[in-house]
Amino acid sequence: MMEPRGKSFYVLAAFFGLFLLFLYGPTVTIAILSFQGPGGGLTFPMQGLSLHWFRDLFEQQAVGDIWGSFRRSFVLGLMVMVVTVVVSVMGGLAFRHRFPGSNVLFYLIITSLVIPSILISLGVGLIFSQSGLEVHWSTSGFGSQLTWTLPFGLLIMFAVFNRFDKSYEEAARDLGASPWQTIRHVVLPIIAPSLIGVALFGFTLSYDEFARTLLTAGSYNTLPLEIFGMTTNVTSPVLYALGTLTTLFSLLIIGVFLSITWLSARRKARAGSDAGKGMI
Amino acid sequence: MVSPLMAILLFFLVLPVGMILIVSFWQATEFSIIPAFSFENYEFLFGSSVTFRVFMNTFKYAVVTWVFTLLIGFTVAYFLAFHVRTQRWQIALFLLCTIPFWTSNIIRMISWIPFLGRNGIANSALMSWGVTDRPLEWLLFSDFAVILAFVHLYTLFMGVPIFNTMMRIDKSLIEAARDAGANGAQILWNVIVPLTKPGIMIGTIFVITLVMGDFITVRFMSGSQSANVGRLISNDIALLAYPSAAATAIVLLCTVLIVIATLLRFVDIRKEL
Repeated sequence: MMEPRGKSFYVLAAFFGLFLLFLYGPTVTIAILSFQGPGGGLTFPMQGLSLHWFRDLFEQQAVGDIWGSFRRSFVLGLMVMVVTVVVSVMGGLAFRHRFPGSNVLFYLIITSLVIPSILISLGVGLIFSQSGLEVHWSTSGFGSQLTWTLPFGLLIMFAVFNRFDKSYEEAARDLGASPWQTIRHVVLPIIAPSLIGVALFGFTLSYDEFARTLLTAGSYNTLPLEIFGMTTNVTSPVLYALGTLTTLFSLLIIGVFLSITWLSARRKARAGSDAGKGMI
Repeated sequence: MVSPLMAILLFFLVLPVGMILIVSFWQATEFSIIPAFSFENYEFLFGSSVTFRVFMNTFKYAVVTWVFTLLIGFTVAYFLAFHVRTQRWQIALFLLCTIPFWTSNIIRMISWIPFLGRNGIANSALMSWGVTDRPLEWLLFSDFAVILAFVHLYTLFMGVPIFNTMMRIDKSLIEAARDAGANGAQILWNVIVPLTKPGIMIGTIFVITLVMGDFITVRFMSGSQSANVGRLISNDIALLAYPSAAATAIVLLCTVLIVIATLLRFVDIRKEL
């Protein structure tokens, strides 16, 4: 059945390999350079091998308040993640039927996705300053980031519900489940794997967001803002050390989400769908 | 069910844009902005040759980036969808392509410094191969670097929708084409490309809007030597010239929305989800 691979396969595979090198090469390079010796600079050659620049990260005076900004970014990411998941599911459920204004709302979601980020930053900043409110990462910054994460969450949910087999719900209803019971014990367990995806989008897009928080974070920076500030006045490999650490953190988060997906898929494969078991 | 969604979009999308529209008619002194109704900002904007040049530069970035992301994104998606045979490998390689999307853009920009700098890897390699005897100055802090960073950051936004559409192409169509005597190139051009158009359109929308709205990549990778509209806005903001920034932002928004509205005529997003 399997025919031998043609020449085009090997050409394309080589292209794909080069693409991966292009994607990951620079990141791997700064990971290596972050182990520069104390006398080393921003480029090769390596002047020895040390943890000097990582140690620098833990000294307050050297790099400013990066740990504070990391904490803020982490909390903000969790806040954005939870709201993105909840609001996207509710939106996805609502959009299964037409309702007054559904078309307008749909195009608003698209607008939210394609609008240049700096407009959100500028507009939200202006509203807060003109109405005498103080911009803060947990209020104005939080809301601004939602305009970026929600469209992703909603589009994923729309795609999920487009493929959703309605007969499961009808069966639940026929068995006497209330609308809430149907959602809680039938719909949510079935769409759970996609929710993990939405949560991953919500957290990482928030954690890395720069433009929409630029004018809306106030006097306490989030991590991307702090890093960007460093690029203008820090010219030592400490920048790379920080970059390597945040990238490792992102990879850790991605790993956690992927293993949750994988484990739940395995559990499901072993036990069959657990939809409805919560009824007992 | 949609009221939280509506509230968020109303307060953080509709109101801010409305506010920008209002402020774009205001006037500014060095220290404050004054409510007014004047077309001053727009007159200045449309009367200046700088505006025209900067908008042209923005379009240039968008078009060049689009061409490269499309070529690379399409090739990668085509390889994954039609040449990788098992689903397990497809998923694994696809994930490998998307992981950088979930890491920080700023770090990914910074990571080009050791490659492109005066004493960077690219220059050392070129000099040791004898291609050039002096370091090339235009590698970092140039339009070349800007485009390279855009392609690096945004090819995923093109590749993922294309891959998604390709995976839904009925494989029997390709067998039918082969049975009818089409060779590989003909199948690619006459069957796969037309069926992939919706994915290409969605990818195009992503790439064009991301590049046109960008200000940070251009600033960082050009070393503040090139400008696009986003930088025009962020420079005005830095000078606290909010009304002028607002007027530029409104013109940018209109431009982007016109481009998107044109693209949306070729694809029904709701059908493609």
